[in-house]
Amino acid sequence: MDIKDLELVACDMRADIIECIAKAGSGHPGGSLSCTDILCALYFGGVLDHDPRNPRWEDRDRFILSKGHGAPALYAALAQAGYFPREDLLTLRQLGSKLQGHPDMHLVPGVEASTGSLGQGLSIACGIALGNRLDGRTSSVFALLGDGECQEGQVWEAMMYAAQMRLDHLIAIVDRNGLQIDGGTEDICGLGSMEAKLAAFGWSVAVVDGHDIGALISTLSAAKAEHDGKPKAVIANTVKGRGVSFMENQTGWHGKATDKEQTRQALEEIRAAREERSRA
Amino acid sequence: MTALASPDERAQKRATRAAFGPALIELASEGVPVVAVDADLSGSTTTAKFAASCEANADRFFNVGIAEQNMIDVAAGLSLTGKVAFTGSFAVFGTGRAYDQIRNTVCYAGLDVKVCPTHAGVSVGPDGGTHQMLEDMALMRALPHMKVLVPADYASALSAIRLAAATPGPVYVRMGRASVNAVYADGAQMELGRAQLLREGADVTIVACGVEVTEALKAAEALAAQGIRAEVVDAFSVKPLDEAAILASAEKTGCVVTAEEHSVNGGLGEAVAHLLAASHPVPCEMVGMQDRFGKSGGFDELMAAFGLDAKAIEEAALRAVMRKGRLPQGS
Repeated sequence: MDIKDLELVACDMRADIIECIAKAGSGHPGGSLSCTDILCALYFGGVLDHDPRNPRWEDRDRFILSKGHGAPALYAALAQAGYFPREDLLTLRQLGSKLQGHPDMHLVPGVEASTGSLGQGLSIACGIALGNRLDGRTSSVFALLGDGECQEGQVWEAMMYAAQMRLDHLIAIVDRNGLQIDGGTEDICGLGSMEAKLAAFGWSVAVVDGHDIGALISTLSAAKAEHDGKPKAVIANTVKGRGVSFMENQTGWHGKATDKEQTRQALEEIRAAREERSRA
Repeated sequence: MTALASPDERAQKRATRAAFGPALIELASEGVPVVAVDADLSGSTTTAKFAASCEANADRFFNVGIAEQNMIDVAAGLSLTGKVAFTGSFAVFGTGRAYDQIRNTVCYAGLDVKVCPTHAGVSVGPDGGTHQMLEDMALMRALPHMKVLVPADYASALSAIRLAAATPGPVYVRMGRASVNAVYADGAQMELGRAQLLREGADVTIVACGVEVTEALKAAEALAAQGIRAEVVDAFSVKPLDEAAILASAEKTGCVVTAEEHSVNGGLGEAVAHLLAASHPVPCEMVGMQDRFGKSGGFDELMAAFGLDAKAIEEAALRAVMRKGRLPQGS
């Protein structure tokens, strides 16, 4: 797929995210929309080696959604990729659905670990990378963390350990949207320069526009390809609620579904953006 | 029933924790894909023995430093690549400090992580109340998918580690620091969901686990001298509990004493009381920590000071027998 096609896929994912959260009546649209382009680049931009027809392929790259509340974005990506039928998305958060509020590895093909309690995904990814190394596998492990999530101390335990173990097949992506439930990350417990912090922790760090799919693909691919003994961090500067005007950079849209009128407006904006892209 | 230690063997004192490293070495040599993840306590937990045993096992040992939360989730990740992942640390940190990791990552997904910390209970002695973990069984029992094994001695600890590896999904094995008398002969084969009937009796059932098993056997001797025949059951598998064996014994004797080196809140005592209340209500006395923290002291001193020793079990048995309203003949 070329970049234009990927941008269209990202628009479709955004529409799916809005629709399934609206149908569920609850969920986390802001952080799902901020990481949509990252997931699009990973799953459809040739970064992640994976096979939807064989989700447990032993040599696959693995993706861990450490910010588990971004589940709608992951589900949208997996459905687009063919891991399960797209119409299932509308069962999100309902009793009996495989699409739990936070991802369940036993219910959804393509989900590599059950997540939801913040701060744990990077440690899990470290363990997978160590297991792969023991088995002589060279596949990569990606973990997507929220920036607010990086206030969890365990994240830094894992950062130190990954560097200690020279896990250079591990790539941590930080969805740096600057917001958390109660407000701005820098107003609540500031993360400061993630770039400087991660470099000080012994990681190789790149910073990228988290909504530029082309840049995401090249940055993530470069991080994946370089094996210099250092784990790789990609700080993706993003906008929470990206793609829906009334959600962008709004704290209030962290964990709230759109009502009927808001859903209509959001889908209309996404449809218009899609048309503009397809004409470009 | 698995073979009991001979009198000579009983005199041999070894700590349950001492079985951890050797059991891992055995499993690895048999081709089980074990890995061990510890948090800067590998000498004490004996995972260092596993790491030092050969180069291949050194590669299968991971020391994350003083970071128990990371320890559990690194083990979780290793299990996702097909490894049977054992974690170490002390019980207070290896369960309490990492409870959310055990709950949300390991148990929620039913991962093959075996939580096997050492230094549980008052056996950590002089380190004091901060380090004496007395709520770990309660924490682990409450978790869906988690199984809880509490070995009484070295031989059953070795068996517990092997059993944990052979049992799919999360397992908690509770080990202590102190050297304790052998209960079982070497080569003991413990089973999931199976208690061991160690001594038959007709007047009172003592259900014990861990270091309390030896105390219960001593108490049974003292009770015998008073004409009270105590039946002693080792509830090695605290979860799943051997309900049939405990009920059969309670039906025979008509009263029960539970004994655990753990809080009476949420541990073996409550598990047994729950069973009895539901299926066969009889008088039940609980020996355990009475909703309090520990203190510094020697292991034996603490066992006496907190009412966890054979004497406390004996007294509880007398109370239980009195409560059932039919004293044994001759007393």
